[in-house]
Amino acid sequence: MRSDVRDYTLTAPGSLNAVLSALAANPRLTPVAGGTELMVALGVGRLGPHELISLHRLKELRFIEEHSGILTLGAGTTFTDIRRNATIAREFPLLVQTAAWTGSIANQNRGTLGGNIANASPAADSPPALLVYDATIELVSANGRRTLPYGEFHLGYKKTVLLPGELIYAVRLPCRFAKHRQYVRKVGTRNAQAISKIALAATALMDGATVREIRLAGASLVDRPARLHATEAVVLGKAITPELRTLAAAALASEIKPIDDIRSTAKYRMAVACNLLDEFLLSL
Amino acid sequence: MSIITFTLNGSQVSVDAPPMTRLLDLLREHLHLTGTKEGCGEGECGSCSVLVDGELVNSCLVPSLQIQGATVTTIEGLGEQTHLHPIQQCFLEKGGAQCGICTPGMILATHHLLEKHPAPTLDEIREGLSGNLCRCTGYMRIFEAVQQTAKLAEAGK
Ligand SMILES: Cc1cc2nc3c(=O)[nH]c(=O)nc-3n(C[C@H](O)[C@H](O)[C@H](O)COP(=O)(O)OP(=O)(O)OC[C@H]3O[C@@H](n4cnc5c(N)ncnc54)[C@H](O)[C@@H]3O)c2cc1C
Ligand code: FES
Ligand code: FES
Repeated sequence: MRSDVRDYTLTAPGSLNAVLSALAANPRLTPVAGGTELMVALGVGRLGPHELISLHRLKELRFIEEHSGILTLGAGTTFTDIRRNATIAREFPLLVQTAAWTGSIANQNRGTLGGNIANASPAADSPPALLVYDATIELVSANGRRTLPYGEFHLGYKKTVLLPGELIYAVRLPCRFAKHRQYVRKVGTRNAQAISKIALAATALMDGATVREIRLAGASLVDRPARLHATEAVVLGKAITPELRTLAAAALASEIKPIDDIRSTAKYRMAVACNLLDEFLLSL
Repeated sequence: MSIITFTLNGSQVSVDAPPMTRLLDLLREHLHLTGTKEGCGEGECGSCSVLVDGELVNSCLVPSLQIQGATVTTIEGLGEQTHLHPIQQCFLEKGGAQCGICTPGMILATHHLLEKHPAPTLDEIREGLSGNLCRCTGYMRIFEAVQQTAKLAEAGK
C-alpha cells in the first residue's frame, strides 16, 4: 500500500545553518537529499519518519575541491558530479567506476554520496571505494563539527556514529593513490542498475614483488561497509606466491560473514569473494 | 500543504499540494499531464522520466517541494501531435514504440543523452537508456531511432 503523502511534512530551509538549527530544535526531523532511498520507501508505504527536511540543492553540501593534496567531496555531491570531475577521474578512478554503476543515469543525477553513506547498506557501492582510499568523514551539527576515519563511521548493520541532529558534511580523500594498483569488481544480476550480490575494492602499493601497502573492502561481505584487515595483514610485506594466495583466501573466508538474502546466497558470496581476491592478487 | 511554483514546459505554474507529493502525481493528478507514466514507482523502470533543470530524473522519486523554482520538461513540452519533435518522429518511423508505456520516458532519456553525446556510440545509447525498461520492442528499434535522430541532427547542421 502506498503511503498517504498528506501524513508527511517536508520543509526546505535553504541554507545549511537553517537546516542545522531546525534539526537541533526537532530531533525527529529526517533529512532527504536525492530521495532515491527514502522516496522508494514512501512509494511502498514503508517510510517510517513522517517529518522530513530537504538537503537538496544546499550549495554548502554540493562541492568538490582540492587543497594541498586532499580532495574534499561535499555530502550533496551526486554520482553524476563524481563522474564529471577530472580530478576524481585521475586520482580516484574506483570512485568514478562505482558511481557509474549506482543505478541508472536518472538515479545518478539525483542520488548523493552522503545519502549512500548515511543509508549504511552493507551492499552500497561507494563505501568500499572510499575505504580503500583511506577516506576521512566530517560530520556537522548545530554544536559544531567532528572528523573521523571513515572506517570508524559504520558501527554495525545500518548503525552509524551519526547522532540525532547530525549530518554528514563531507568526505576527504588523500591524493596519494595514483601509483597504487587499483581494483574494483561488482558481481550482480546484470551489469547496469542492479544492486550487487557482492563487490570487492582494493588498492595496493608494490615495491618490486613485495606488497608495501594494501587495502581491501567489499560490499555484502560483512554486516556493514568495512575494511578486511585480517586478509590485508596476511598479504602485507609479502610477495604474491601460490601459498600466499591460499593463506589470503583462508583469511578472507574466516573474516567475512556473507548472508543468504533475496539477491544471493552466503555460499555463492563466499566463493565469489575468494575468486575476486585471487583475481586482484594475481594482477599484482 | 505548500505552494510549489516552477516552470513547466515553458510556462510558470503554481500548485498547492502536500510537499512530499511525488512529482509524478503532481504532474498527472494535480496538473492533468498524463504523458508521464507510472511503471514501477520505485526508480527501476524509467517510465516516469522527466527533465528537471535539464537533468533526467525519475519523477516517482522526487518530492514536489524539491522542484520549487526549477524548470521541468515533460513529454508534453517536447512536441505536439501536429508538430512532433525529431526524436518522436524517428521513434515513429523506426518502430521504437509499441504499447507506448515506456515511450515518453525513452524519448526524454534520448533527449538527455543527445544533449551530452550528439553522436552517441551504441554503448553510450545502451548506458543512456539503461534505466528505461521496455517490455515490447526488444530495444533494437529504439536504438535505431536514437541513431536516426543523431544522424538527422548531424545532416541538418
Ligand atoms: C533504481 C535504484 C537503483 C539503485 N542502485 C544502487 C546501486 O547500484 N548501488 C548503491 O549503492 N545504491 C543504489 N541505489 C540506492 C541509492 O540510489 C543510493 O543509496 C543513493 O546514494 C542515496 O542517496 P540519496 O541522496 O538519494 O538519499 P536519500 O534517499 O535522500 O537519503 C538516504 C538516507 O540518507 C540520509 N541522508 C542523506 N543525506 C544525508 C547527510 N548529508 N547526512 C546525514 N544523513 C543523510 C537520509 O536521511 C536517509 O536516511 C539505488 C536506488 C534506486 C532507486
Ligand atoms: S515509475 Fe518511476 S522509475 Fe518506474
Ligand atoms: S513500447 Fe511497450 S514497454 Fe516499450
